[in-house]
Amino acid sequence: MKATLHRREVVKSLLKDRKDLLVLAGLGSTSWDITAAGDSPLSFPTWGAMGQAAMMGLGLALAQPRRRVLVVTGDGEMLMGLGALATIGVQRPANLSIVVIDNERYGETGMQTTHTAHGIDLAAMARACGFKHSTLVRTKAGVAKLRSAIHGKSGPLFAQVKVKAEKLPLVLPPHDGVLLKERFCAALLNQGQTTFCSD
Amino acid sequence: MWPEKVHKELSSAGVRVVGYVPDAGHKRLIELCRADRKMRAVVLTTEEEGIGLAAGAWLGGQKSVLLMQSSGVGNIVNVLGMVQVCRFPLVMIITMRGEQGEFNPWQVPMGLATPQVLEAMSVSVRRASDASEVAPLVAEAFKGGTAAAVLISQSVIGIKSFQEQRAQ
Repeated sequence: MKATLHRREVVKSLLKDRKDLLVLAGLGSTSWDITAAGDSPLSFPTWGAMGQAAMMGLGLALAQPRRRVLVVTGDGEMLMGLGALATIGVQRPANLSIVVIDNERYGETGMQTTHTAHGIDLAAMARACGFKHSTLVRTKAGVAKLRSAIHGKSGPLFAQVKVKAEKLPLVLPPHDGVLLKERFCAALLNQGQTTFCSD
Repeated sequence: MWPEKVHKELSSAGVRVVGYVPDAGHKRLIELCRADRKMRAVVLTTEEEGIGLAAGAWLGGQKSVLLMQSSGVGNIVNVLGMVQVCRFPLVMIITMRGEQGEFNPWQVPMGLATPQVLEAMSVSVRRASDASEVAPLVAEAFKGGTAAAVLISQSVIGIKSFQEQRAQ
């Protein structure tokens, strides 16, 4: 089945009226996607540490049990850290959602196919790892449902969203790691004051 | 016993998240952390996950520690780049393998390379050769606010005995 969804539209819909959602993005295209949807101090786009987006989401979800945490990452990034699904499956934080924007390609290295292009089923893996909800999303209606699940359902939640393999203009977030960290901590923990992170 | 003292230091440093890969040398400390209601012990499939976990916990305002064996240092090298570039504080307590008396030669290369690999990624390294040194070094590691590793020598935890294991 050919994918019809556009990644930028999917991420924009998921982040629409995001309320107090905390957002982490895997390196590459998903970091550009969340930035294109509107940069925020409560977004933490990554430029490296491939394979760790889901685990960063777990750490944040455990530290902030009253906040909703959303990890938006790519299929290649998720594939590099599949063990995280098992680790999250043991902890089962109710406030964590992981959404894989799956274009079946390594978008930053020349659009080579990933394992998902060959039928590897990430949503089934998440289900097998004990995620309470795990879905494969292919339609706009599915994206709308996913958005309300991210804000409302008790997780952990996993979704694999099939999107078209598109080469899009880069929309780059700040790339200074200290800036990204400090602005996030300041907005989350100190009402805009930068104190905790330099503690 | 050093594990009790280290657990006390973790408590007073305010550690809430403990990432670990099961390890014989850390057995007692892991048990203490798991039994501590203020700590969330997170068993990992690979040490690399512990770096992501620690970074995420820090973003959420919680301190963490990562417990592992020296072989795990080889699994975290690239992601230590994030720790450096974002200046995430990170404390790792690492039990050594591959030192003098090691029976398993497969443990030797990574054991020998452990301090250099960490230092190459800008982690400050301190080594405890005696049980009495472990807890003070851990306390010190939390004060710097940078990436620090405390290596626990095999002279503290003992050499893994394959003969004993066979007899069990």
